[in-house]
Amino acid sequence: MPNEVKAFKPKIVAFCCNWCSYAGADLAGTNRLTYPADVKIIRVPCSCRVNPMFILRAFQRGADGVILCGCHPGDCHYTSGNYYARRRMTLLFSMLDYLGIEKERTRVEWVSAAEGAKFAATMNDFVATVTALGENKRLEDLRCKE
Amino acid sequence: MQRIGVFVCWCGSNIAATVDVQAVSDALAKEPGVVYSTNYQYMCSEAGQNMIKNAIKEYNLTGVVVCSCSPRMHEATFRKTVAAAGLNPYMLEVANIREQCSWIHKDKEAGTEKAIVLGRTAIAKVQLNAPLQAGESPVVKRALVIGGGIAGIQTALDIAEAGFDVDIVEKNPTIGGKMTQIDKTFPTLDCAACILTPKMVDCAQNEKIHIYSYSEVESVKGFVGNFTVSIKKKARYVDENKCTGCGECTTKCPMKNVPNEFNLGMDNRRAIYIPFAQAVPKVATIDPNYCNMLKNGKCGLCAKVCGAGAIDYKQQDQIVEEKYGAIVVATGYNPIKLDKFDEFGYSLSKDVITSLEFERLTNAAGPTSGTLLRPSDGKHPHTIVFVQCVGSRDTSGCGKPYCSKICCMYTAKHAMLTREKYPDTDVYVFYIDVRSPGKNYDEFYRRAVEQYGVHYIKGMVGKVAPRADGKIMVQASDLLADEQLHIEADLVVLAAAIEPDKSARPLATMLTASMDTNDFFTEAHAKLRPVESPTAGIFLSGACQGPKDIPDTVSQASAAAAKVIGLLVKDKLTTNPCVAQSNEMMCNGCSSCERVCPYGAITYVDKEFRMPDRTTRVRRVASVNPAVCQGCGACTVACPSGAMDLKGFSNSQIMAEVDAICQMK
Amino acid sequence: MQGMMISRAKELLQDGTVNRVLGWQAGEFVYDITPAVFESAEELDAGFVYNAFCGSNLSKYLIKETIKEGKILVFLKPCDTYSFNQLLTEHRIDRDKIYVIGIPCQGKTSGEMLKAKGISGITGIKEDGDNVIVETIYGNETFARADVLEERCRTCKSKKHVVYDELMGEEGEVLDSGRFDMVAKLEAMTPDERFAFWRSQLSKCIRCNACRNVCPACSCEKCVFDNPNSGISQKAAADSFEENMFHIIRAFHVAGRCTDCGECSRVCPQNIPLHLLNRKFIKDINELYGEYQAGEEAGSRAPLVNYTTGDVEPSIVYHREGK
Repeated sequence: MPNEVKAFKPKIVAFCCNWCSYAGADLAGTNRLTYPADVKIIRVPCSCRVNPMFILRAFQRGADGVILCGCHPGDCHYTSGNYYARRRMTLLFSMLDYLGIEKERTRVEWVSAAEGAKFAATMNDFVATVTALGENKRLEDLRCKE
Repeated sequence: MQRIGVFVCWCGSNIAATVDVQAVSDALAKEPGVVYSTNYQYMCSEAGQNMIKNAIKEYNLTGVVVCSCSPRMHEATFRKTVAAAGLNPYMLEVANIREQCSWIHKDKEAGTEKAIVLGRTAIAKVQLNAPLQAGESPVVKRALVIGGGIAGIQTALDIAEAGFDVDIVEKNPTIGGKMTQIDKTFPTLDCAACILTPKMVDCAQNEKIHIYSYSEVESVKGFVGNFTVSIKKKARYVDENKCTGCGECTTKCPMKNVPNEFNLGMDNRRAIYIPFAQAVPKVATIDPNYCNMLKNGKCGLCAKVCGAGAIDYKQQDQIVEEKYGAIVVATGYNPIKLDKFDEFGYSLSKDVITSLEFERLTNAAGPTSGTLLRPSDGKHPHTIVFVQCVGSRDTSGCGKPYCSKICCMYTAKHAMLTREKYPDTDVYVFYIDVRSPGKNYDEFYRRAVEQYGVHYIKGMVGKVAPRADGKIMVQASDLLADEQLHIEADLVVLAAAIEPDKSARPLATMLTASMDTNDFFTEAHAKLRPVESPTAGIFLSGACQGPKDIPDTVSQASAAAAKVIGLLVKDKLTTNPCVAQSNEMMCNGCSSCERVCPYGAITYVDKEFRMPDRTTRVRRVASVNPAVCQGCGACTVACPSGAMDLKGFSNSQIMAEVDAICQMK
Repeated sequence: MQGMMISRAKELLQDGTVNRVLGWQAGEFVYDITPAVFESAEELDAGFVYNAFCGSNLSKYLIKETIKEGKILVFLKPCDTYSFNQLLTEHRIDRDKIYVIGIPCQGKTSGEMLKAKGISGITGIKEDGDNVIVETIYGNETFARADVLEERCRTCKSKKHVVYDELMGEEGEVLDSGRFDMVAKLEAMTPDERFAFWRSQLSKCIRCNACRNVCPACSCEKCVFDNPNSGISQKAAADSFEENMFHIIRAFHVAGRCTDCGECSRVCPQNIPLHLLNRKFIKDINELYGEYQAGEEAGSRAPLVNYTTGDVEPSIVYHREGK
């Protein structure tokens, strides 16, 4: 039944820091700014709480895209958390790219509590990007799956 | 295995309209560990909370998941609910199915499906929750108010009134702020100085209040109840304790041509100056940019005439460190610069002025001693045009997108006062619309139109062009009469938009308090917590939070003071129990966590451990001070061995959430 | 050199400076050299070996050794001294209980390379200028040293000892031997080519843990892969998270701390070029955050526990040159 192939719906995990981005996501909701239901948010206290392992874990469990949102640099609730997150994620993303994983599946965006519109726009854009890439097969198993 | 209860809220129709709440509670009932699942119209209502309490007892629940609005809204509410039923408050998780689901997804099927996943994720997390106990931290019973305008003054007076010590840091040589420059205040027309200066004096005389004038906040460390603030006292080259404020020096100083900022540069002051007669503290200050003695060591006249021997050319900036339990931001506002608005001719003619300059021209202590004269030639203006919304409600990018709120009323005041003092003057006001909500405000505005005969014209001014003969041509459209107007004016007054003071942005970074896109401080909740910043222990007073007139500012200042007092009366605060914890058995002692901790909450101790072979071994292990840790989690990722974990957001909890989201069909 | 080392070790044991010596001894095969602790002159005479096969980085063994009583003598090659410093930075070893003798190193001979050249039945190895003479049961074979070097020694980063109490031979220098060339080559490939490369390499992994066990940076009290509560360790399932992500997680765990000693690749029984993962991180760190050599200076702040407010954004990964 090739005609009944369901449209690809990506699985997107969004890590949002409690103080800025999660509040930004709430503001997007308050302002009724829509983005696809494929995005599921995990609340963390700060972007620096996100261990690269969580991101790898998500991919290995079948996520098609993972996005990390935090306070803008300089505005971290904990003063410096997002600076550490920025280094960690830069290196992780670079490594994933080095391994041949589509780099567009990972993203970091800084979204403040006042940027509900940016949050929605970011999610719309990210979902569109990941949808265009299709299913994540590479990181699910980097080795040969016999 | 936990015994979990799931409570799905309809939030009236806010959730139920786009999420099938029955389907959600049915689906979640089948999740492992869930022994009870239900839905109800308003979970946060008393009836809803009772449902949760009863179910905890009846089904012997060990964990609770509420699928409702954002945890930022009602997590605290539901924590109290479960605690009232005898459960540890941290055995609760909230699935956000309103802001992050029902409000953004119009398709009910997709919304329902997502709500189920979000509920399942919360269930997966709560499976791994452990009871947490909040700790305690002491409260330093002293408050800091940053900014000494009417907002800061009122806040400080109210806090002092309650018996707490409070310090005001003001960057200018005197407190008083913008209100000192204003002539009269709407809607009562009492003189600003007459109602402000007594309050300034009260501040100076109150034993509980210490004023750091001519000072700035350098750095802020710590957290609610326990901030450590470095204050830079800028060198004023005058010993505050010796100066009597006699003003002798300010009349003898040979540098006479320093633009006087108090009168917005419309007249001059000396290099050594007291900003105005009622300044508090009434102490002279030397302006190092103009003083000959400081610039090239020649002069020293002020030191010679000073009977008190207060002049000290060698004075240095001084850093003072103080501890505070609460910090109030009262940094105020400024009119925007008008250099981007060429069409209004501000830079082309001296007779195109801002409203604040107009205040000075009508103030008895101003450059014209209160007689309204044209700045260019000192003649009486006979036709005055007021232009409203200059840079306000401007989405072109030149100005500000918001309404500056105060301009309609002060323009009505200016127009009215002009007509009263100079009945021979024609006064025009161009407006987009007149905004006069507020007690006695609309009546005030109508008096300007009906009683004083001010010409209010709905329409925008297109161009202001100074003419060689000194007249200023104002081109405008009258939208109601649908005609073009050309007015020959003698004076044009621009109601410039207001913006937060420039010092606010770096201060927000120091305080880790959030700001909106216009650099106004964000309140913790737009309606319910308007004077608190989302950052605990930081409070907002006055126009730093948004444009405000004096009555609003004073109300908010007192409200902020009430919040501060509410904090300072506590001897101890319960601390967030979601803090880092080191598993000593796994700790390498490598110091990675210590290096990333922004609070210095991690120290290392040498500890004796019993080894499996019954020997003892001393190991260097990390130890977290739970009263200092704020729970950001930076250390948990820096830790190579995974010994450091965050309570309430543990590695296994977050991974369980990841798994729950990814394992959807 | 071996003789000098033994006699100096005997002196230090004799005068009580140290009570143990950490060095190398021959294993089951001559080329299979293992680290060993010697407690007497007799033991040194009987077993102490130092030759072109002595590749093992002894630094890591000091973690266990410095817990014990008394001071220990250790012989460190230049690259090992970087690991030593890194372990000092991380408070894993006790400097006061260690006497370091820096020993020169011309690069170690790879048993694999010899095997590839058809050599078997090895009974010994000698160094002679730029050549190595391999003794076998079939007679002696001479090779130019450069032709049979370990991969990591061909791209040796430094002949300089960054820490020592005394030095045998002359002070060396930091080298520029193009150790990032292969990383750059991979970076220049298309993502598909890179993916194919890594998939073929990582698919060889048998999860023997040799890379982890030998790595001086992988010296946690409890490894996350051995900790059932870490959420990573899932020994049972073959297609588990642990299995798939092992090498990425391991590389990230040592990022900024890895001194590029190359032990991981040396010990890999499947010859997976694991050092290319670590070197990618080092290269990125150098390019994005400024040159940083882990272990060059004890006490330095590793790049991942550091930041500047002007750091590049992660989006730089999308905009980089190359494919």
